[in-house]
Amino acid sequence: MRILIVGGGTGGTIIANNLSRRLDSEIRNKTAKITMLSASELHMYQPGLLYVAFGQMMPDELYRKQATLLESSIEFHVDPVDKFELDRKEVTTKSGKTYGYDILVIATGSRVMPKKIPGLEEGSETFYTEAGAVSMFKKLREFEGGNVGIVVGVPHKCPIAPVEVTFSLHDYFKKRGIRDKVNIKYHYPINRIHSIENVAIWAKPEFDRMGVEYETLFNVDEVDVEKKIVKSMEGSEYKYDLLISIPEHHGMAVIEDNDLGRDGWIPTDRYQLTMEGHDNVYVVGDTTNLPVSKTGSAAHFEAEVISENIASIVKIGVPVTEYDGKVYCFIEAGHDKATYANFNYENPPDLRAANKSMHWFKMSYNKMYWTSVRGLL
Amino acid sequence: MSETKVIDACNTYCPGPLMELITYMKQAEVGDVLELLSTDQGTASDVPEWVNKIGHEMVSSEKVGDVWHISVRKAK
Repeated sequence: MRILIVGGGTGGTIIANNLSRRLDSEIRNKTAKITMLSASELHMYQPGLLYVAFGQMMPDELYRKQATLLESSIEFHVDPVDKFELDRKEVTTKSGKTYGYDILVIATGSRVMPKKIPGLEEGSETFYTEAGAVSMFKKLREFEGGNVGIVVGVPHKCPIAPVEVTFSLHDYFKKRGIRDKVNIKYHYPINRIHSIENVAIWAKPEFDRMGVEYETLFNVDEVDVEKKIVKSMEGSEYKYDLLISIPEHHGMAVIEDNDLGRDGWIPTDRYQLTMEGHDNVYVVGDTTNLPVSKTGSAAHFEAEVISENIASIVKIGVPVTEYDGKVYCFIEAGHDKATYANFNYENPPDLRAANKSMHWFKMSYNKMYWTSVRGLL
Repeated sequence: MSETKVIDACNTYCPGPLMELITYMKQAEVGDVLELLSTDQGTASDVPEWVNKIGHEMVSSEKVGDVWHISVRKAK
């Protein structure tokens, strides 16, 4: 059985390592083979970008060489896929090589699309890329006071990030002793301050306590870079001195180019995690079109289900389990407190008060991630 | 040619039904009708509030069993 994993992010890497252990004997007797194709030799811990944006982590702390994260039985190539030919059960890479498969896992992830909004790329800072996070920190460091606006595109990766960056901005300016010179205004696309109702209920009094203003039903339409005004589709506008954006995301271009899914999101069965119409093609993490948070956590729990099912297909011919929508997200509530949201398709998150120990758990997880992605945690 | 697309946002908490509708509304053409399915009680009031503010058109809203079926036409 040839298992081909396209993409070396959180989901793809956990699946590869988990499968290599489950299929140890099959790999040894050459009845199973795992191959991974990635666009990069480096693996980035993306949640760390928020810390880079506030000078709390250096960019080089976010990376490991992908090859060092994989079990030795996994064949790994840095050779991004150019063409998916699902009917022929093969892919072609940019280097011109062709890889056949019996089971395919698509784990190509997502990307920010600031160009979708006129003026957003030039007029705002964002922490969703390494260059963006470094630039944002330099702008924050130079900032001496005025209006700071936070705007959020739809859809976006890590739905908790808009809340986290708001808490962090408050703590950062407070630590610098200029909080009284900074007005922070949070803008959100729907009619409460977070999509998870319990997060909105928890965050609202916290925003009030910190003196953070908020406006809901604000979907960014354009940014007037010269006048420093951000305008919403709903007709309101905000004059800023510093604009922080969480841009709209799409799936990767190769998904759109191969007509696998609109805007790069692949139609996926929410329980089996297979591509609609293709039982031998699994989709994981940001790449799916599922109405589930685009987070490393969702990718992790999906990856465990996919690994268990691919292994059982190899061993007994059928899948054995289903994804229940599980997501567990840390929520940093500033620079010394955190809480978490834990939910699935059936149970909404029940939020607890933020505390110091959860913050230190998150700080520890930032290091433990490398164990997690190896499939050991 | 306009079309009706069904968005199944039942039993989802994040990003949630209205965020799903906004995502698919961006992909739709003017005149398309989107039917949002949701088990979230708040959706029945959240969606019309956004639709009216942004200037799209509410087509229908009804609860069938535990599921809200809310249809919206993209107007601009």
